[in-house]
Amino acid sequence: MSRLLADRSVPGGAYLPRALTAGRSVPVHLLALAVVVWLVALPFGASAYTVGVVGRILAFGLFVASLDFLVGIAGLPSLGHGAFFGIGAYAAALLARDVTAVGPAQLAIAAAIGAAAAGVTGLVTIRSRGIYFVMLTLAIGELARQVADSWTSLTGGANGLAGVPALKLIPGGGSVVIAGHIYWYVLAMTALAFGLLAAVRASAFGQALKGLRDNEDRMRALGYSVTGLKLAALFVAGGFAGLAGSLWLTQLRFVSPADVGFTTSALALLCVVIAGSGSLWGSFVAAAVVIVVRDELGTVIGGRGPLVLGLMFIAVVYLLPRGLAGLVPGGLRPQPQPALGTGVAE
Amino acid sequence: MTGWLSDNLASILNGVALGCLLFALAVGLSLVFGVLDVLNLAHGSLFVAGAYAAWRLADDGSLAGFGLAVVLAAGIGGAGGLVLTVATRPLAGRGHLDQALLTLGIALVVTEVVQSWFGRDPHGVLPPLAGSVEIGGGYPIYRLALIGAGLALALAVDQAVERTRVGALVRATVCDPDMVAAMGVNTLLVRSGAFIVGGALAAVAGVLGAPLLGASPHLDAQVLLLALVVVVIGGLGSVRGALLGALLIGQVQSLGIALAPRQAPFLLFGAMAIVLVVRPAGLLGTRAAAA
Repeated sequence: MSRLLADRSVPGGAYLPRALTAGRSVPVHLLALAVVVWLVALPFGASAYTVGVVGRILAFGLFVASLDFLVGIAGLPSLGHGAFFGIGAYAAALLARDVTAVGPAQLAIAAAIGAAAAGVTGLVTIRSRGIYFVMLTLAIGELARQVADSWTSLTGGANGLAGVPALKLIPGGGSVVIAGHIYWYVLAMTALAFGLLAAVRASAFGQALKGLRDNEDRMRALGYSVTGLKLAALFVAGGFAGLAGSLWLTQLRFVSPADVGFTTSALALLCVVIAGSGSLWGSFVAAAVVIVVRDELGTVIGGRGPLVLGLMFIAVVYLLPRGLAGLVPGGLRPQPQPALGTGVAE
Repeated sequence: MTGWLSDNLASILNGVALGCLLFALAVGLSLVFGVLDVLNLAHGSLFVAGAYAAWRLADDGSLAGFGLAVVLAAGIGGAGGLVLTVATRPLAGRGHLDQALLTLGIALVVTEVVQSWFGRDPHGVLPPLAGSVEIGGGYPIYRLALIGAGLALALAVDQAVERTRVGALVRATVCDPDMVAAMGVNTLLVRSGAFIVGGALAAVAGVLGAPLLGASPHLDAQVLLLALVVVVIGGLGSVRGALLGALLIGQVQSLGIALAPRQAPFLLFGAMAIVLVVRPAGLLGTRAAAA
């Protein structure tokens, strides 16, 4: 991977992402190992409630990572990514109800449908740049919510789809109902998907996407198909979002138009911003922070989740400007002189 | 054809009325983006503020109360615009996404505050001009007045931007803010002015729209979505584009829903997709605005 990084002849190549260089040190490896051991051992020691919360954080963290791939790696700031998460969840719910309760099959199909939906809408959105892209993706996410709301025969309308059949691991097998077992399934699938996403990021394709983020015109001049790269990035991110939606559904066994909508997209984007874009690992930490703060703190002050969320947005924008580095094409890169890269591509 | 027209005349007129509302909302969004380079996702909240002003002052359909609501809303919207100018000022040069996130956070907070003050339930507002005229089997006078007011507003904004000295300053700031500043113009005034006027227009649109759409806390997301689509279709920073886009989306939302109720969300997306495929910068947008 480091060879690829050194070789690429795009601007920004001189600035090795800090996460990659820092990740080589031993304490970080030890910390990662400790976290993995803790995650695996969690159902032995923690309450079913805690296990449920962590399981949801894993699924949502994977969704955030897929958005981070789009925003932080490919430089495509989407405000409608929740659409593909929701589509994945709906697909898994309908599959479980009408076709098969086998989890891995649901995952594969939800990912395929999420990717396809992202690809189709991408045909429209990639024609735009910068702020137009933000507005278009926002509109698409909201339209997806409206579709989920109004296509009652398929989606159950505003009531959503409740009582989805429980997970099965193999065809003809028994239903998995113990919280710890469902959690392990989610953990294993999240780890697998995350590894795959990290591999995509480290691949030549991932490096080309970073080049696109840093300087689209240069990449075009180098002979890359900018349109093709963007479309592929949306396709990949949509697929992982659909997969995450399927994992989310497996745990909650309920999906409603709210999961498709703008709030979900905005929440994920908030996580990306908190994480500091481009570090896929950080997605899970940020997802944990946001979900715990919204659910726990929101309950404490009387079910005002959106209020807490709104205040978090405002606080993060003002207080964590470095966490925002690299969100917008041509925006700030993590580099010593922060003022240099401002607004180049705009 | 005439039969079809008379059958759907009410829908078409409703579409024009909605289009006029959307224009008042979208032109502010477009101006603020053009002049300040800020995507204001709290724009819908200003509309909601206007809608609630109408509900508090004129829910019984009194013309005086309605006039008072318009004045009050213009004040609230202008003040909101000023607050947003100050709030987004520190983010200048940090990219669009930060501003979008900030204004989104503000919109979420405003929605919650509105909900805790006025409750979750939507409130209806009676139109100040009761009665109907004999068009398409009886059409409300208020909506015709709304169409008239909307078109007058469009003409006024267009003339102000295209023909006056201040308008020339605004257009110059859209094109090249640095050059305008270098020529000794206080661009801070132009920026604040655009945000204040845009905010006031959005809030007044909320008052005018209250008899049609009512007042409810989550109205902001609905109207913001429509305004975004209008701006995308019309082209950012273009007054005439906003009018064209607003009238088009008004028809999609009214005639489209009347003719094909199930496909309405697809129609909205479809209209946007077609326009963007043909003209990526919007119908009347310039390429520079989209880049």
